[in-house]
Amino acid sequence: MGSVKPPPFDYVRAANLDDVWDALDADEDAKVIAGGQSLIPLLSLRFASPSLLVDLGALGELTGVQLTDSVLRIGALTRHCEVERNAAIRAAAPLLAEAATWVAHPQIRNRGTLGGSVAHGDSAAEFPAALLALDATMVARSRAGERRVAATDFFLSYFTTALEPGEILAAVELPVARSSSTWGFAEFARRRGDYAIGGAAVQAERDADGSCRSVRAGLLAAGPAPCLAPGLADAFAGRVVDRQLIAGVVDEALARLAPGENVHGSAGYRKDVIGEMLRRALASAFELGEVA
Amino acid sequence: MKTRVVVNGEMYERDVEPRMLMSDFIRHELGLTGTNVGCEHGVCGSCTVVLDGEPVRSCTMLAVQADGRRITTVEGLSNDGEMHGLQRAFTACHGLQCGFCTPGFLMTLLPVYNEGKRLESEEIREVISGNLCRCTGYQQIVESVQMALDEAADLAESGEGPDRPSDDADVS
Repeated sequence: MGSVKPPPFDYVRAANLDDVWDALDADEDAKVIAGGQSLIPLLSLRFASPSLLVDLGALGELTGVQLTDSVLRIGALTRHCEVERNAAIRAAAPLLAEAATWVAHPQIRNRGTLGGSVAHGDSAAEFPAALLALDATMVARSRAGERRVAATDFFLSYFTTALEPGEILAAVELPVARSSSTWGFAEFARRRGDYAIGGAAVQAERDADGSCRSVRAGLLAAGPAPCLAPGLADAFAGRVVDRQLIAGVVDEALARLAPGENVHGSAGYRKDVIGEMLRRALASAFELGEVA
Repeated sequence: MKTRVVVNGEMYERDVEPRMLMSDFIRHELGLTGTNVGCEHGVCGSCTVVLDGEPVRSCTMLAVQADGRRITTVEGLSNDGEMHGLQRAFTACHGLQCGFCTPGFLMTLLPVYNEGKRLESEEIREVISGNLCRCTGYQQIVESVQMALDEAADLAESGEGPDRPSDDADVS
C-alpha cells in the first residue's frame, strides 16, 4: 500500500474552544484531530498533508451524553466503545449502539470518536448511515456559535460534509426511540470489522395495528456520500410490511442507485450486496425472521 | 515537542516531532522493540499496546497524543523473568509460530485477562478480531486464550487475582 510515515506538521492540543478557533483562523491548511483512527492512516499513506493538527481530545465541551424527553445529544468526542455500551444511547437509539459494534475492531473503537467518523464522511462507514436513518441533526460549532444541519443535508460528496471552514462538529442530536420504534442493521464485509462492501441501517415507526407509519434506511457504500435508500417512505406508508413488499421496494430503490465498481467488485456485484443487506435490515426491523 | 509517558511503570520524557507515531516512539525512542509494526495503517493489530487499560493500535496514534498517559507494552508482561499467564498459555497451546503478531495478540488480551472473566470461543474470536496471524489459522490462539482466561478466572475465584504487570509510576 506504499505506507510511509506522516509528513511533517505542527501540532497544538487545544485547551479550550478559543484555541481551536484561533488555530483554524490562523492556518487554512489546519485540520482537527480527535481519535485519529481515520486521519492518522491517511497521514501515514500521505493522502493528507495538513500543515497543522489541532487536537480536540482535551475539550470537555465536546463530551457527554444528554437525554431529555425527546432528544438524545451525544458529544462529538464520544468514542465508539462508549456508543456501544452507554446505557442512555442503548435505550434511546439502539440502532446507533448496534452500528457501533460493526465499526472496525475493538482497538479502533477504543480510540475513534463518533464525531470523527461523522465529520470524515466516509460512505462505507456505519455511523453516517445510522444517523441518516435516525433523522439526526448535526450540531456544528464555530466562533460564531452553534448551527444545526439535518443529516440529509450534511453529507455532500466523497469525504465532503456541510461543515464550513472554521467549523467543527460538536455533537449529534437524535430523536429518542419510542415504543412504536423498530430498527434493523445489516452489513457485509470480507472480514467482520473491515470496510463494508454494502450495508443498511433501518429505523421505522409502526402503528398499533402493525402497519408502517414511517421508515428510513441509510445505506453503506452505495454512492459517493452516505445516503438514504430512495422511495421507501412512500411505498411503506400505512401498509403492513411483508417480504413481498420489501422485495419490490428494494428492487425499485436499487434501480435508482449507481454504486459504481471499486476494489471490492463490479457495480452489479455491489448493487446485489447492498440490496441484500437492505432486505435483511428491513426484514429484521419488521421482525420477519432470519434471512438465510 | 515534549512528551511525557509512563511505559511499563517507568516515566519517560522525550522531545519528539509531532508526526512521530506512538509505535515509532516505543521502538526507536524507548528501544522497546517487542512491539512489532506490521501494516502501519491500522489493519493488522501487530502494534497493539495497552493505553490506560485499553488496547489500542500504537501505529494509529501520535506519540504527542499519549502525553500524560500510561502505556503497557509486551515487555511489561513478565514479572522478574517469570512469563505472564497469557505468555505461558500461548507457549503451552502452540498459539504462535513465527511470533511476529504475538505481542499484539497478548496486549489485546491483557485487559480481558485482568477482568478474570471466562469467555466462549466466539467471544474470544470477537476480542481478537482486530489482530491478524498468518501462521496459526487462529485455532491454537483461541485455545491459548481459553486456557489463559480459565486460569485467570480460577485465580480470581480463589481470591488470588491474576498476574498484573506493574504500572505504578505517577504521570503528573
